[in-house]
Amino acid sequence: MIGSLAALLLFQLAGEIIVRLTGAPLPGPVLGMILLFLALAVRGRTPQVFADTSRGLLNYLALLFVPAGVGIISHLARVADEWLAITVTLVASTALAVVVTAFTLRALTRKGQS
Amino acid sequence: MERLTRIWVYIEETPLLWLALTLCVFWLAQQIYKRLGSFALLNPVLVSVVVLVIILKVTGTPYSDYFDGAQFIHFLLGPATVALAVPLAAQAAELRRYWLPITVALTAGSITAVASAMAIGWALGLDSQTLLSMLPKSVTTPIAMGVAEQIGGLPSLTAVLVILTGITGAVIGIPLLRLLGLHDPVAKGFAMGVAAHGIGTARAFEHSERAGAYSGLGMGLNGALTALLVPLLVWLFGL
Repeated sequence: MIGSLAALLLFQLAGEIIVRLTGAPLPGPVLGMILLFLALAVRGRTPQVFADTSRGLLNYLALLFVPAGVGIISHLARVADEWLAITVTLVASTALAVVVTAFTLRALTRKGQS
Repeated sequence: MERLTRIWVYIEETPLLWLALTLCVFWLAQQIYKRLGSFALLNPVLVSVVVLVIILKVTGTPYSDYFDGAQFIHFLLGPATVALAVPLAAQAAELRRYWLPITVALTAGSITAVASAMAIGWALGLDSQTLLSMLPKSVTTPIAMGVAEQIGGLPSLTAVLVILTGITGAVIGIPLLRLLGLHDPVAKGFAMGVAAHGIGTARAFEHSERAGAYSGLGMGLNGALTALLVPLLVWLFGL
C-alpha cells in the first residue's frame, strides 16, 4: 500500500515537473493521470495492491472537495448579490452540457455498432 | 474555566480541530445521505459545506485558519486525480474502440459547457468578474482555478462555483438523462465527467464501475480541453 501511494505521488510529481518545464496549460495531477494511464496500458495489467489503494482513495473522492467548497465563505456577499443569476446559469449550463455530451456519444457509438 | 480557555487556545492553534471536524461532518452527512435513500439534494459535499460554513460563521473562524487543518484533505485531490487512471486503464480496450465518438462528444460537451455559461450569464447581467470566474466551472478545481487566474477571474470564487457545478451535475445529471430516455452507462458516465468533474465522477461510481471509469475519462479530457478553450473564447469575445 505504501508503495502504491508512493507511485501515485511520483506520477503526480512527474506531471508537475513536466508542466513546469514545458509550460503546458494543464494541471500537474491531470498530466500525472495521463502518464499513469499510459504506463498501465503498456504494462497490460494493474497490480492488485495498486488497484485496491486507488479504489480506496477514489471511494472518498467527494470528501476531498469539501475544504475548497467551504471557501464560499469568502464570497458570501457577491453570492448574495447575484445568487439568482448564478444559480440559473449554473443549472442551465450544466444540464445542457450533460445532455449534449451524453446524446452525442450515444448517437455516435450506436451508429458504430449497427 | 481558565483551564478550559487554555485548552481552547491549544486546540485553536493546531490543525487537528478543523481536520477532525471536516471528517466528522462529512461522515455524518454521508450517513444521512445513505439513511434517507440517497436523496439527491442531500449530496454529502453540499451538506458538509453548508454545515462547516455555519460553524465557521458562528465561531468567527477565518477561512485561512480552517484551511490550515483542512489542507491535509485538500492535498489528497492530487494523488486521487492520478488514481483515476486505474479505472480508466481497465477500460483501455473500449477506449481504443470508441476514440472517435469520445473525441467528438468531448468537444461538443466542452464547448456547450463554456459557451452556454458565457451566453446565459451575460444575458442575465452577471458581473463580468463573476462571469469570468464561472467559465471553467465544469472542470476539476485545480484546473479551473488556474484558468480563472489566467483570464482575470477570482480563483477562490471559481473553486466554489466548480463545487456547485459538480453538485448540480451530480444531483440532476442521471435523473435528467433517465427522463430523456438515455440509459447507456457509458454515455451517462462520460457526460457526468465532462459536465461535472470529480463530484459527477463520484456520483457516477455510485451508479456503476463502468460509468465511473468513463466519467473519470471525461473529467480528465475536459480538464485538458477547457484549459485551452476558455482563454481562446474569452479572447474571441473580448470579455
